[in-house]
Amino acid sequence: MSIFMTFLIALKALRRNAMRTALTALGMIIGVSAVIVMVSIGNGARSQIEANIKSAGSNIVNVNAGSGPMGPVRMGTGNTTSLRVEDADAIRKEVAGIRYLSPGVNIRAQVVSDTTNWGTQIQGTGEELPAIRSWPTEKGSFFGEQEVRSAGKVAVLGSVVRDQLFGPGTDPTGASIRIRNQPFKVIGVMSKKGQAAMGQDQDDTVFIPYTTAQKKLLGIQHISNMVIQAEDGVPLSRVQAAITSLLRMRHNVAGDQDDFSVRTQDEMTTMMTSTTDTMTWLLAGIAAVSLVVGGIGIMNIMLVSVTERTREIGLRLSLGARDVDVLLQFLVEAVVLSLVGGAIGLAIGFGASYGIGRFMGWPTQVTSNAVLMSFGFSAAIGVFFGFYPARKAAALNPIEALRYE
Amino acid sequence: MSLAPLIVTKDLTKTYHVGEMDVPALRGVTMEVYPGEFVALTGPSGSGKSTFMHMLGCLDQPTSGSYRLNGRDVAQLSSHALSRVRNAEIGFVFQGFNLLSRTSALENVELPLLYSKVKARDRRARATAALEAVGLGSRLDHHPNQLSGGQQQRVAIARALVNNPKILLADEPTGNLDSRTSIEVMGIFQTLNSEQGITVLLVTHEHDIAEYATRVVSFLDGRVKADHPVTSRRDAATDLAAFLAQRHEEERTA
Repeated sequence: MSIFMTFLIALKALRRNAMRTALTALGMIIGVSAVIVMVSIGNGARSQIEANIKSAGSNIVNVNAGSGPMGPVRMGTGNTTSLRVEDADAIRKEVAGIRYLSPGVNIRAQVVSDTTNWGTQIQGTGEELPAIRSWPTEKGSFFGEQEVRSAGKVAVLGSVVRDQLFGPGTDPTGASIRIRNQPFKVIGVMSKKGQAAMGQDQDDTVFIPYTTAQKKLLGIQHISNMVIQAEDGVPLSRVQAAITSLLRMRHNVAGDQDDFSVRTQDEMTTMMTSTTDTMTWLLAGIAAVSLVVGGIGIMNIMLVSVTERTREIGLRLSLGARDVDVLLQFLVEAVVLSLVGGAIGLAIGFGASYGIGRFMGWPTQVTSNAVLMSFGFSAAIGVFFGFYPARKAAALNPIEALRYE
Repeated sequence: MSLAPLIVTKDLTKTYHVGEMDVPALRGVTMEVYPGEFVALTGPSGSGKSTFMHMLGCLDQPTSGSYRLNGRDVAQLSSHALSRVRNAEIGFVFQGFNLLSRTSALENVELPLLYSKVKARDRRARATAALEAVGLGSRLDHHPNQLSGGQQQRVAIARALVNNPKILLADEPTGNLDSRTSIEVMGIFQTLNSEQGITVLLVTHEHDIAEYATRVVSFLDGRVKADHPVTSRRDAATDLAAFLAQRHEEERTA
């Protein structure tokens, strides 16, 4: 018998018991839609994190001062003084494929205007930072190489700090603020950037030249970090390795006692998304349990169906159906049942994902992978759970089946 | 007869195992059937006549003995080859009709064609022709529950014939029918036998039904007790005419 006829017969048999078919398919519908929703929530979260990390710029390598032995005292991360501007110059000179490099010194401080004050993060950076993070100014301009070299007392405000000190939407360029009792001239305001990957508000900050932070505010020689952007197409892992070995050499590091850390953006992404990936798999796994339960429902109903139709099977065998024909008939019926359930579940899962994104504000994303997977799963469940009943039907003795009451 | 026998059985036995007990249904049946014969298998219930017919129809395997169908040893055939035999060489008619409910007469008759290599277009034409041959050309789309018992049995006969088998096996085909429809059905068998040369084997326990055949084989306790030709064969067409005349007479006097 042709596979097409087998399909028609299966559809006919399923239509005959419409209510039973609907209830059996419901198990698959719930399972598939649950898997789709869970995976889409997970994927949405993942792509949001990836977008956040991308917003910090692309091809980024971060160098941070690490912990290291200071005599007998072991200092915490970021507290070593061994990372210096000379290291930055050496990296610029000796590591190939670097486009921009911005040394950084961070201070937490109170910023004071004429009328009010605001506690925020002061970031001492190089003039290349806006280019690295593709972050333009909204008002005025960022400081240049000149201000960095001369340790100029100029500041560029994040939009939140501007809002707090001068009021939303104002242009404070040219105004004066005080940081740790030093007067700074406001020369620009950054455009809004939003939350960073870790959740902190990137707009709640003030940028000043790192040299100014070193000399005028802290009186130190070292820097706390470097943000490096590699040329497009240069493998970040190679840049990372080159920087690591250069710094080890310069810092006379013994063994693996690095007093710095070098992280690439890829590593950050992996680190940040691994949690969501775990959650996604966990949720999808739980949802998959309902898929298995749906499959058992199919098996159950197919067994009932085989028993009910024993005489029909006997008749078909006596009219020349081969055992393969009977096997296929019931197997196709189970697969059609699970695929129909899967297709409806897919539609519901799509709708629910959209609804969750729309009304609960969670980022959701239905990927073609999830769609293919749930379809494959439904078909596989149909075959797996349909096989036993179908084989039972095919193994019937024609005469006993015909006589079955 | 000069032709080679169509069916040859030698010492055919069949023993069923019911729990711990062995229940012999056939105790050695040796028989030959030639092409064009119309054989009635009779005997009381439990005599083994139905079991024997199931063996002939390749629906069941004998416990011992040999069965040659059209020169081939059936025991040597694969299960797929047996399916082909049931599909193309043998037509079955059952006591309970065994039509698929909620399925039209036409689709019921098409059923054996689904399992042979007949194209979809030809299926419809052949099933229609088979139904027309049994006088149901106007009821192609009727479902079994819209047909009388006699009509249902005729659909079943059309189904048995649609693949042009050489042998027609009928297991108590008139068991569920009234006497008039029984005569009609026997008439169809006689026509098929005489006009198309189809070999008919019929299981019945009714003596008068057996007399429509050309040869009666009676079974008892799993053995052939008697095997003789029918001396005064009944003709269904004549009987039907007489039946109708009598019915007419009764209605007139009533």
